[in-house]
Amino acid sequence: MTNFVAQALAGLRVLLVLTVITGVLYPAAVWTVSRAPGLHANAEAVDTTLVGIDRQGDRWFHTRPSAATLPASGGSNKGEHDEDQDAVVAQRRTEIARREGVAQDRVPQDAVTASASGLDPHISAAYAELQLPRVAGENGLSEQRVRELIAASTDGRSAGLLGEPGVNVTALNRAVESAT
Amino acid sequence: MSSTAAGLLQVGVLVVALAVVHRPFGDHVARVYTGSEHTRIERAVYRVARVDPDSEQRWGTYARAVLGFSFVGVVLLFVLQRTQSVLPFDHGRGDVPTSTAFNTAISFVTNTNWQSYVPETVMGHTVQMVGLTVQNFVSGAVGMAVAVALVRGFTRSRADRLGNFWVDLTRGTLRVLLPVAFVFAIVLVASGVVMSLESGVDVDGHTVATAPVASQEAIKELGTNGGGVLNANSAHPFENPSGWTNLIEVFLILLIPVSLTRTFGTMVGDRRQGHVLLGVMGVLWTAVLGVIWAAEASGLRPLEGKELRFGIPSSALFANTTTATSTGAVNSMHDSFTGLGGGGTLLNMLFGEMTPGGVGTGLYSVLVMSVIAMFLAGLMVGRTPEYLGKKLGQREVTAAAVSILAMPALVLVGAGIAAVLPSTREALTNSGAHGLSEILYAYASASNNNGSAFAGITVTGDWFQASLAVCMAFGRFVPIVAVLCLAGSLAAQKKVPVTAGTLPTTGPLFATLLGGAIVLVAALTFVPALALGPIAEALL
Repeated sequence: MTNFVAQALAGLRVLLVLTVITGVLYPAAVWTVSRAPGLHANAEAVDTTLVGIDRQGDRWFHTRPSAATLPASGGSNKGEHDEDQDAVVAQRRTEIARREGVAQDRVPQDAVTASASGLDPHISAAYAELQLPRVAGENGLSEQRVRELIAASTDGRSAGLLGEPGVNVTALNRAVESAT
Repeated sequence: MSSTAAGLLQVGVLVVALAVVHRPFGDHVARVYTGSEHTRIERAVYRVARVDPDSEQRWGTYARAVLGFSFVGVVLLFVLQRTQSVLPFDHGRGDVPTSTAFNTAISFVTNTNWQSYVPETVMGHTVQMVGLTVQNFVSGAVGMAVAVALVRGFTRSRADRLGNFWVDLTRGTLRVLLPVAFVFAIVLVASGVVMSLESGVDVDGHTVATAPVASQEAIKELGTNGGGVLNANSAHPFENPSGWTNLIEVFLILLIPVSLTRTFGTMVGDRRQGHVLLGVMGVLWTAVLGVIWAAEASGLRPLEGKELRFGIPSSALFANTTTATSTGAVNSMHDSFTGLGGGGTLLNMLFGEMTPGGVGTGLYSVLVMSVIAMFLAGLMVGRTPEYLGKKLGQREVTAAAVSILAMPALVLVGAGIAAVLPSTREALTNSGAHGLSEILYAYASASNNNGSAFAGITVTGDWFQASLAVCMAFGRFVPIVAVLCLAGSLAAQKKVPVTAGTLPTTGPLFATLLGGAIVLVAALTFVPALALGPIAEALL
């Protein structure tokens, strides 16, 4: 037992020293480097398009549904055999089909399922195409013009290989806003 | 390029990167733990902390040092959380509630990083940095220290000392974890990960929480910790903004567990001994990846709980990697996986997390399983089993068995009690077979020090906070003490010479034995539970 206490006290001293190094100096060093021009905007998420939050109203492209209650990020955590979730998804599909004036089977998967973070900025090309006529009409833009904006807001795979492509709704809506 | 082709190429890139890097890095780690020189900074650490770096410890003292260090770690982290309101950068989040602070302290000290709180509203930036980040480093370094002590048990002959825990801890932190974490923290910021002391940022009129993410993100993956700086963890765009950062994070998770097999081979003087372990780990990792990927690709709602920028391949890759190590970070919500896909993540943990396992924990777990495999082989041929020139007698096999069986006992007893408690029903998001999977997953995750969750389960009630904390603590320290006891008794032995009757532990026969032992132990223990949970769900 005295051995344990002696070891614990030594442990406390070592922990305090390592706390200064890894808990104070290390984050401070990373933070300081992140102030550099070129990194600062990333570090502080200046004008970020990394997150997507749905903008209300027919003028805008809509994001995927969000199960998050901000400020907490998160998903629905519903399993695939959950019957309540079947109803939620069916209702979303009906509403989107009605909103866009299309048949229900044209509504893509990403439009009716909640992301993991609840802040997913991306939608599929199919969902963007589905919303295009409405957004063009509401903003008095030609469909051709909006299609160009969609193309400009489409992120490919990183290095052409990693992850999946998608249309960044946050960037797209800002582009729509400045085009009108 | 199709999604599948890109995904396969991505796995190829990852495997090649690891194959190239793990050799020099594993050898670097071997030098760190075998060199006799102390750096200037390390000497300063020992001087300030008043420990003698040149005296070695018996296994019992080494174990007490691990336990003592972890105990004060829990106390300090608990106190930090309970006094959060007086610390800077808490952004009005106030003191962390007692039961949450207790659970979190044990969780981060045991390298589990299970989170029963919402960081955005509960955890301020000072506790994240000065408390949680520190444990991200040192709990990983503790795992490596124990693994290295076990390897020394094999390499030493007629020795009563295993090394000096304070030296192993300090070197692992300062020479292995810190430099890599620093470089990759900067890479992550350059790739879009946030590093902010503000509480939030305005996005089109809504406030989205920010945090000093990058510094913790790097060590969270590298140390196979996994605790999210933000609630959605590596699914949050501020933690993991792109396919590129996702690959970096998966690489960081695997870097040390994979490299340690090389370290092991180098330290025992026969690299093939490390290759065979890595081979078995790699086969099981690949097999479960295939199951998860295929299951998710054929799900009813494949994008529920997944980020579009990751899609199915990168979500499956991350989910498989995080559960096959002891990480527990997530880039998709495992609770929304298919029965089989979620079952795959669960199975990875129930293997005992050794494919390739956590930082240090993976290596010592697979070495313990190797002892079990050689014991079984010895029974079959009627010879006293040996491994790496050490006889495996009653004491060694008992220690190995205790180490292996602690986790299943905790999972089955914990989940069994939780399943019959009336209060559990309200804690679940899902019902039926999937509800049972939520419970089983929670106890598997805690007892294996993984930390991921079928997050639909609400674990803020007293029963879950306390019982999961107990599982985390015993799941961590019972195997550690057993492993150090095993190391002590191996070190004390004289090496026995290799003879014609020695079963070689570098070839396909041993690989089959080891892989078989891993699968068999998990199957014998968990088939009934798995049949009622994920298997039943997969058959729906």
